[in-house]
Amino acid sequence: MSLLELRGVTAGYGHFTALWDVSLSVAAGEAVAVVGPNGAGKTTLLRVISGLIAPRAGDLAFEGAALGGKPAYEIVAHGIAHVPEGRRIFPALTVSDNLKMGAYLPAARRRFAESLERVYALFPVLAERRAQRAGSLSGGEQQMLAIGRALMSRPKLILLDEPSMGLAPVMVLRVFDLIRRIREEGYTILVVEQNVRQVLKLVDRAYLLEVGRIKMEGRAAELGEQDFVRKAYVGL
Amino acid sequence: MSPGRALGLALAALLAAGPFLPLGGMQEYVIHVMVQIFIWSFIGGAWSLMGRFGLVSLGHGAFLGLGAYATTLLWNFWGLTPWLGGVLAVLLTAVVAVIVAYPCSRFRVIGHYFALVTLAVGEVVRLLIIAERNWTGGSLGVSLRPAGRDSLVAMQFADKRVFYYAAFVLWLLGLWVWARVDRSMARSAMEAIGEDETAAASVGIHITRFKIGITVLSASLTAVGGVAYAQYISYVNPDTLAGIGVSLRIVFAVVLGGMYSLLGATVGTALTIALGEYLRIVFGLKFIGMAETIYGLLLIVFIIFLPSGIYGSLRGLVARVGRAPARAGV
Amino acid sequence: MIEPIFLAEAAINGIMLGGILALLALGLNLIFGVIDIVWIAYVDLVMVCMYVLYFVVQVYGWPFWLGALAAMAFGAALGVGVHLLIITPILGSAPVNQLLATGGLLFFLQSFATFLWTTDHKSVRLALPSWEIGGIFLPATRLIPFAISILALVGLYVFLTRTYVGTAIRAVSQDREAMALMGASPQRIYIVTSAVGGLMAGLAGALLLFQYSVHPFFGGQFGPLTFMICVLGGLGNMVGAFVASFVMSEIISIAGVVWSTEMGYVIAFVVFIVMIFARPGGILARRQ
Repeated sequence: MSLLELRGVTAGYGHFTALWDVSLSVAAGEAVAVVGPNGAGKTTLLRVISGLIAPRAGDLAFEGAALGGKPAYEIVAHGIAHVPEGRRIFPALTVSDNLKMGAYLPAARRRFAESLERVYALFPVLAERRAQRAGSLSGGEQQMLAIGRALMSRPKLILLDEPSMGLAPVMVLRVFDLIRRIREEGYTILVVEQNVRQVLKLVDRAYLLEVGRIKMEGRAAELGEQDFVRKAYVGL
Repeated sequence: MSPGRALGLALAALLAAGPFLPLGGMQEYVIHVMVQIFIWSFIGGAWSLMGRFGLVSLGHGAFLGLGAYATTLLWNFWGLTPWLGGVLAVLLTAVVAVIVAYPCSRFRVIGHYFALVTLAVGEVVRLLIIAERNWTGGSLGVSLRPAGRDSLVAMQFADKRVFYYAAFVLWLLGLWVWARVDRSMARSAMEAIGEDETAAASVGIHITRFKIGITVLSASLTAVGGVAYAQYISYVNPDTLAGIGVSLRIVFAVVLGGMYSLLGATVGTALTIALGEYLRIVFGLKFIGMAETIYGLLLIVFIIFLPSGIYGSLRGLVARVGRAPARAGV
Repeated sequence: MIEPIFLAEAAINGIMLGGILALLALGLNLIFGVIDIVWIAYVDLVMVCMYVLYFVVQVYGWPFWLGALAAMAFGAALGVGVHLLIITPILGSAPVNQLLATGGLLFFLQSFATFLWTTDHKSVRLALPSWEIGGIFLPATRLIPFAISILALVGLYVFLTRTYVGTAIRAVSQDREAMALMGASPQRIYIVTSAVGGLMAGLAGALLLFQYSVHPFFGGQFGPLTFMICVLGGLGNMVGAFVASFVMSEIISIAGVVWSTEMGYVIAFVVFIVMIFARPGGILARRQ
């Protein structure tokens, strides 16, 4: 049973169309990646799912319920958490306040203490720096905060937009490791990444998105051997 | 000759013949209103030179007031002819414009913030005028010292028709300047700046220079408008010529008429002045403040429901009507 | 030469005035920081609240404190009303249209007030004591508003930093989209913010009515000053506005005693222009 289902989604900005007739699905408990070069539309894809952009055509369903066209704050309430590109943590708020904001939804707020414990257990660094201004954290720490903040809403699906962007190689490995651990906790994940090699080691299935269209789809192991991985890697 | 051009020339001829049309007892009043429309349209056009490029100033009252008061005071106290006084007024206004534009441009102060800065400057000028009441007359304003007779040097004439033609010429001049700016390189540059400053800068467009340039031009022309107004009405007052009130009215008129077209400022000004006069006649002295209240209410309603002004809305309407038949054919 | 005692008194008066100015500036800044729109008619909303207070106290005989609460409640309601009726329809419009919407509101409020209550100045008669400490006069009509304004500012600080809603408001002002991803409806946050801004306007009005009389163009008296303070402190910058309020009030107060009240304002304006030229981003510039 698909948790998330996209069928023939077309979307863009103004006169510009970034996604053409995109169809994909994510089953509960799966980890799926969408890879592709710069400008392929990967970020747009996630923004359409979380409702920051309305699709121009196509269907979007989450747990069977139609989501297309609904505003972001409503979609999030269905159980989708979006860790945006560039992390977008609240720079002038403390780490703990950032996490607090993650539990904005009433259901999440009721289980706030429990969620916070979990996040601090997963990310000890955040526990250490809980009173620190989020803007003063390092890139890797901010990424962890962004992911932790997403976990606070007790989501059913986590969308991750380029988690490795702008991070030093050591941090990249650390972040992917954390994503793996989250995955092991049972969260369903949809990751968008340019770092094809690393992300394919992490997920079950992957889609290749190029110039707004799905070009290829398959199990991670199979795709790892494809030419396009080498092409995409060189293209980075 | 295209119908648009023919219409334009016919209108120009009508306006030129204006004072000689048989309007009976209404003539004085109509000429008075027309002079106001010409002058305020000129001022509105000057504002729109900045407004159309995203530099929304809510402080043009400052330039208006400086222009009006400078010439009036120079004439009243030192007998300096408004022709020269006007030049000095424009120079003073240009300096103030640079003082405001330069740092705002360098520090990327734009949008609401820029509007607030200009608004504050406009209010500062108004309050300064009121504070220096010893020679500005404060809130009571000051009258232009009468020259006693018709005088070109003093820019004072008994016959309103002289002012009519002077204002008419001024208005045409404003249209000419607007058209020139519209057609020049400066326009493309400013539009690029308006869309994406960083990209524009990377192409070599000198942002600061353009912004300051257009601000100085706009301010100077506004000051000239202030001089014209002062000479016509022969009386200046800080509330009618400086401060938020007049600044907002100018902006309203231009936005309602259409910021991006040549005659936008004129159409908007004519409509708002006509509306104001109509409300004043209807309510007169019966309900003080009601005319203004309805005026304010209508302005709010217009802005909410006709965001692209009259021109923009008409254009949108025409576009939609044009598209409909094509859809039906499919 | 001015006696030091008068300078000291002026300095203290400046501080007391600064408290109320800070309420005005922070209210305006709060709304701008969250919604990204400057309410040009903000001080005119204060004016309306002052009239409400005047009428319940002077005409209906309510005690001042109760009237003040009524003015605050009215202010909050007015704030929400303005947001729903005027701001919401123009949220996506061009900046010039947004400015004209609140500008139109300014016209409307000032003329409607003229129509309803004429241009007569109306004031509330308060028989309050005045104290003297070391030769400096401290009238209750200045002390009480100051004390309350400080309490209100502390309250605002606590609200914004210690409560959930307050933190959410701060979060929205930092990143509106990210907050939407947390499940926060922007409109709901805006409404709360507008209510708080309106509440502060009502309170400021009540405090101002201690010392000043109200008339339809009251906005013209304190509006420009508020705008200047906001620009000076950096639009959207709460701490900056707080500091700038006292800087301006001190200049006005001290220069007012050394030369004249008018000169006090003139010098404050000159300082403002100089600051614009030097640092238009404000004393503590906010990174855009």
